[in-house]
Amino acid sequence: MITLPFSLPQLERRQQDSNLFRYLSPVLAIALTLLSGALIFLWQGQDPVEGLYTFFILPINDSYGLAELCIKAAPMLLCATGLALCFRANIWNIGAEGQLLMGALFGSWAALQVMDNEGTWPLAVALFSGSVAGLLWAGIPAVLRNHFNTNEILTTIMLNYVALNLLLWAVHGPLKDPDGFNFPESALFEASVTLPVILEGTRLHIGALFALLAVSVVWVLLSRTFIGFQLKVIGMDASAGRFAGYKEKALVYFALLTCGTLAGLAGASEVTGPIGQLVPSVSPGYGYAAIIVAFLGRLHPVGIVLASLLMALVYMGGEMGQINLGLPLALGSLFQGMLLFYLLMSDVLISYRLVWKKRPQTNTQHSAVQEGV
Amino acid sequence: MDIELITNILFAMVRSGTPLLLVALGEVVCEKSGVLNLGQEGMMLMGAVTGFIVALTTGSLALGVLAAMLAGVLMSALFGMIALGLRANQVATGLALTIFGAGLSAFIGADFVGKPLVGFAPIAIPVLSDIPVIGPALFQQDILVYLSLVLLVLVWLFFRVTRAGLIVKAIGENPWSAVTLGLPVLRVRWLAVAFGGALAGMGGAYLSLAYTPLWAEGMTAGRGWIALSLVVFASWRIGRILLGAWLFGLASILHLVFQGMGVDMSSNLLATLPYLATIVVLVILSSKQSRIRLMAPMSLGKPFHPAG
Repeated sequence: MITLPFSLPQLERRQQDSNLFRYLSPVLAIALTLLSGALIFLWQGQDPVEGLYTFFILPINDSYGLAELCIKAAPMLLCATGLALCFRANIWNIGAEGQLLMGALFGSWAALQVMDNEGTWPLAVALFSGSVAGLLWAGIPAVLRNHFNTNEILTTIMLNYVALNLLLWAVHGPLKDPDGFNFPESALFEASVTLPVILEGTRLHIGALFALLAVSVVWVLLSRTFIGFQLKVIGMDASAGRFAGYKEKALVYFALLTCGTLAGLAGASEVTGPIGQLVPSVSPGYGYAAIIVAFLGRLHPVGIVLASLLMALVYMGGEMGQINLGLPLALGSLFQGMLLFYLLMSDVLISYRLVWKKRPQTNTQHSAVQEGV
Repeated sequence: MDIELITNILFAMVRSGTPLLLVALGEVVCEKSGVLNLGQEGMMLMGAVTGFIVALTTGSLALGVLAAMLAGVLMSALFGMIALGLRANQVATGLALTIFGAGLSAFIGADFVGKPLVGFAPIAIPVLSDIPVIGPALFQQDILVYLSLVLLVLVWLFFRVTRAGLIVKAIGENPWSAVTLGLPVLRVRWLAVAFGGALAGMGGAYLSLAYTPLWAEGMTAGRGWIALSLVVFASWRIGRILLGAWLFGLASILHLVFQGMGVDMSSNLLATLPYLATIVVLVILSSKQSRIRLMAPMSLGKPFHPAG
């Protein structure tokens, strides 16, 4: 047994969960991430102040940058809104990425079929197809969980990889632009299947409004309807929900299918919006980043909006760091990972408080167990 | 199919099954102690990148493997700190470990993408490797393949004949009774988590130092998750992990089989097969719910703390 010259703080369970720390914890996590970021910049031989400025201020110091921020936040906001529904009900849907990719794939397929027509309906068809594709893709883990008791974590992850390979197959095969010099890309979409820009001089498109609309609807749903209440109950205690006569399977379908629809819409909005065609790299991991967004935003709509903006900023900061400072693009992903870790660590303060007390000297068996902490 | 094709397929099957075997062996020990670490993918990636960088800069593959195992242990310690020390949700912590590992490995490996490295060479065991069909698959592999099989036997013996193995299982079944017996629950769980980290790191090193000797971002391509499914497939039984690793290994080299049989199919579509196979297997197994419930360690995934 190693004896430390000072006593380590111990965790003591609070009488009841601290609401203060529920909302303070993300702030603490962000602060710790920024601090670690500064250390990483030092380690990379950069001025930490300049590094943090390049990463978190420079990308958004003009209106064009702010518009880009909203463009990047929109898909994550859609996915995280759906994920929040699932996570509240204790459904571990890790599959937003695959649902988004299927939305992009089938949204593009539909767009290519109808884009030679006039009017707004071709765009509607493309968005609708993408949403339905996402819905059906999320339906697979829902059916498997409800009727075969299959763990949704593993199935949704596997389906992400399947979706990515289907997308790659499509851009290398049936959806490849015949006039595209053999690049793995679809033809460029016509204006009839392109989301209209809502802010002149920028690329900000109407998809950002879809995201805000979705998050508002889900907010009302969660806080004002019986379905929202039921989801929360089965998330906290599934047996209590069953005892109350809630239809758990129907709720699982509801949460997963809603999430799939929103993620599919996100995918379709990406290809018909900022990208304008189907490419292999539709998503730089938006579906995974949305998991962090959902947790960082405390599964609450307002929190999720703020968290998706922050996560979008991290993506843009990563690009800016690469261009201006020559840092690897992956620094952004590293920040995302750290943020989630620090959040989980800070979250311990919701249920526990730190106390400094002397280690019990007697009863060696007991202290041996505590030493193992 | 001719004999030569079958021989080649078996050889490739054992190779592609080896990282799965290593990671699943580590995870099964971890799960037997009651801890569910979903961070295998992140630990593997860190093992792969660390092993590659160390092997490339020192010129020693062995050092690379050791460094990869150390990286895996450090990653698992991060998991232990949060899931065991701070009693956080194990599922969320494991996910965080995977996301963090993916980011960190991409960051530190950025300068090493696409650099060439001479990986582990096969060592033919005299006489045995001349056995037709199965000889090359089992006795003409690199040292890590042999090592993974030795580890399999050791883990099997550990649970079969040692008192320590019994303690790990007891803790996984019921940590509360274990603690009343005076067993150091958290210390054992820490060790099990660290063992899982070491083997996941080694599984990653197998990819970057032997299977395809190079580093590419996200090169594990979901193998950590497949290994997690493999533990369920094996119903937490050590012997079956080998069978599962080879079956999943076969699923991921099916494109070779199809090419050998002259079937022309998109490589992207064939690449979905191991993932689809994993889903099918999970569905078949989990639809018999009673069986999973009987076989899984009782306290799997539930946080435990003696002080409450």
